[in-house]
Amino acid sequence: MRVVVYTRIDAPRQRVWDYIVDPDRHIEFMEGMTRWEAEGARRTGLGARFAMRMRVGSAELGGLIEIVEFDPPCDMAWTSITGVDHRGRWRLRPGDGECTEVELRVTYYAPGGIMGSIADLVAWPIVRGHLQRSLQALKRGVETRPHTRSARFGGKQRRSTGGREKKRAQATVREVVRRG
Amino acid sequence: MISSPSFLPTMRDDFERRDPDFIRQFLPLFWLIASFWFRADVRGLEKIPPTGPVLLVGNHSGGNMTPDTAAFVVAFSAYFGAERPFYQLAHSLVLAMPALWWLRPFGTVVASPANADKALRKGAALLVYPGGDYEVHRPTWESATVDFDGRKGFLRIAHRDRVPIVPVVSIGGQETALFLSRGQQLAKWLRLDRLFRLKVLPISLALPWGLNIGDMLGHLPLPAKITIQVLDPIDLRARFGSKPDWKVAYRDIVGQMQRTLTRLQAERRLPILG
Repeated sequence: MRVVVYTRIDAPRQRVWDYIVDPDRHIEFMEGMTRWEAEGARRTGLGARFAMRMRVGSAELGGLIEIVEFDPPCDMAWTSITGVDHRGRWRLRPGDGECTEVELRVTYYAPGGIMGSIADLVAWPIVRGHLQRSLQALKRGVETRPHTRSARFGGKQRRSTGGREKKRAQATVREVVRRG
Repeated sequence: MISSPSFLPTMRDDFERRDPDFIRQFLPLFWLIASFWFRADVRGLEKIPPTGPVLLVGNHSGGNMTPDTAAFVVAFSAYFGAERPFYQLAHSLVLAMPALWWLRPFGTVVASPANADKALRKGAALLVYPGGDYEVHRPTWESATVDFDGRKGFLRIAHRDRVPIVPVVSIGGQETALFLSRGQQLAKWLRLDRLFRLKVLPISLALPWGLNIGDMLGHLPLPAKITIQVLDPIDLRARFGSKPDWKVAYRDIVGQMQRTLTRLQAERRLPILG
């Protein structure tokens, strides 16, 4: 099954990219993600490996993934090494003015023949919901947080972004998904 | 000492029958059942040591259908991957049932101290239910009670093999049917303990049978919400010393599990719905 979600973020592409590739930030904005830990010395870039889990239904699905494409500040793709068979991709493209068009694609496949296909189908709205909310959180985070080194690498961060930004981000993602 | 009748599975190991590819193939089916029939909520898996041997000690519910085991096995295998060696101990009669052939590829082996030692020395995670058939058939109104019937073997195994104990507390299984009685007296009269190592002959009201005596053919479990909480690992030697007082250790661990179960029960608003 393939899930694709989009959003438009009012920030330069490099800033969005820096936010996405920071492993400390990943677990903050990825909805449903219960684990995102670097495995080994590499914490970013081609070949970096992460143990990731996402809650889908009664289980936390995931496994070990590896970054297989890393083209700053445009594309980052990963594939699963163990656990649920899946691939994913972040695509960042320049929008109008200072905007960045962000696309997140995830393709997954459950084994088990017909039961696997049914599980794929049933999991689709759950996964899509997680990814949509992740983009909303990403948009809120990038647009409202100061882009400083201390903030990016463990500095004190603002917890609340306010209801207005949240509603605006949700509306944008809904609109873009509808168009997509 | 009661020896097993010859037609029951022997204590010889079935460790090599565990098949990670089989687990991977069947996980989607069990995930569907756990997620949408039982709406299972498994919490705290990250507390389980990510590698190495560990003794997972659970309270057991749900009669012979044991939805808590299914939900936990799905969650464990999804979280740590089917590659991680993971075994479960089960009564020999369960493994003798032809319809349950699929338990062995999932890593279920006959419950015995020797098999427990063997699994742990292989570096595997091992799931045990000390209460076994006694606890799993307790009346529904005792759903929120941990009752191991005083069985302390799991403590000795963890101590001997120097592995941490991780308590796994679940609730909801006892609402999948109306369990009325363990039928211990009935089992004694019918000499089931000598014939099948069974101390109970449970009586329940369950689908599709209505009055269900023995639960030998299983039943259609009601879609009760299953909640499972994994607790922090316990190092027996660090907490109770090299020569522990087993009664104290038992009271401590069962007490901790009971407190968690009471808290999980307090979260439930309605039976079955959770």
